[in-house]
Amino acid sequence: MADLLNRYANPGRFMRASARVLPWVLVCGLGLTLAGLGWGLGFAPRDWQQGDTVRIMYLHVPAAWMAMGLYLGLGISAVLALVWKHPLAELAGGAIAPVGAAFTVVCLATGSLWGRPMWGAWWVWDARLTSVLVLLFLYVGYIALSGAFDDARRGTRAASILALVGLVNLPIIKFSVDWWNTLHQPASVTRLAAPGIHVDILVPLLVSAAGFLLLATALVLLRLRTEVLLARARALQEARVARAASVEGAPA
Amino acid sequence: MSAFLAMGGHGPFIWAAYAVALAVLGGLGLLSWRGYRSAQAEVARLEAMARRGRS
Repeated sequence: MADLLNRYANPGRFMRASARVLPWVLVCGLGLTLAGLGWGLGFAPRDWQQGDTVRIMYLHVPAAWMAMGLYLGLGISAVLALVWKHPLAELAGGAIAPVGAAFTVVCLATGSLWGRPMWGAWWVWDARLTSVLVLLFLYVGYIALSGAFDDARRGTRAASILALVGLVNLPIIKFSVDWWNTLHQPASVTRLAAPGIHVDILVPLLVSAAGFLLLATALVLLRLRTEVLLARARALQEARVARAASVEGAPA
Repeated sequence: MSAFLAMGGHGPFIWAAYAVALAVLGGLGLLSWRGYRSAQAEVARLEAMARRGRS
């Protein structure tokens, strides 16, 4: 484990590996997303109760999965940053948080546009919706806190602690539909019994979710590459300042 | 075609959902790409200065 961690802690190795896989991840992600969404919009059957509005699900459900999955990634990178001071993990949180926040916004907005025709309300303060709103605030809080310190590493440490505390929100989101009365429907894909969803709807949903997963991965990789470059720029800048100071301080 | 766009009367909600998703994710992709390019340019600039400073 420690050996594996060390191998991928090297930013140079990460930059070479990510440059190679990023274009493929992006192209496959775009292709699968277009296929899944096109299938969902044009060919999948309408729901017997919800009519065509069920087509919003092909966006809403994968976006919700990404919002939660990316938060799990944020929590894991926070542990690696706090406990092992893993250099890539210290940068990874800053790359993941904006992507997670964007998918959470998509989840909330599409849910609202689905709730209005089906429930008669854009928004209700029930457990599922509120806990996903809290997830958005956790992402925004992480971004704000990590930028609130002059020393980037202190900011990362403070934000990582917030990310860890916020992990309790993930099971709350997941089980909110079972623990509390809610308008939101319970899980229909990730059930221990067979999924309660017809295969004609399930397959395009999974294709779209695979596309979203690859798109999220591509965005995180691109942003992590940016973070590595910015860290290098900071180091170069500091070296320049130190050199200038030593030249000025040298006796004539 | 118009039946497809109408989506059984729910067209505005469905197309708005797809438009929001495209705007948010496309916007993030565009911003991320521009941030990446400007970070690349910044590192190249500082490396060139470091080389000049050393010689």
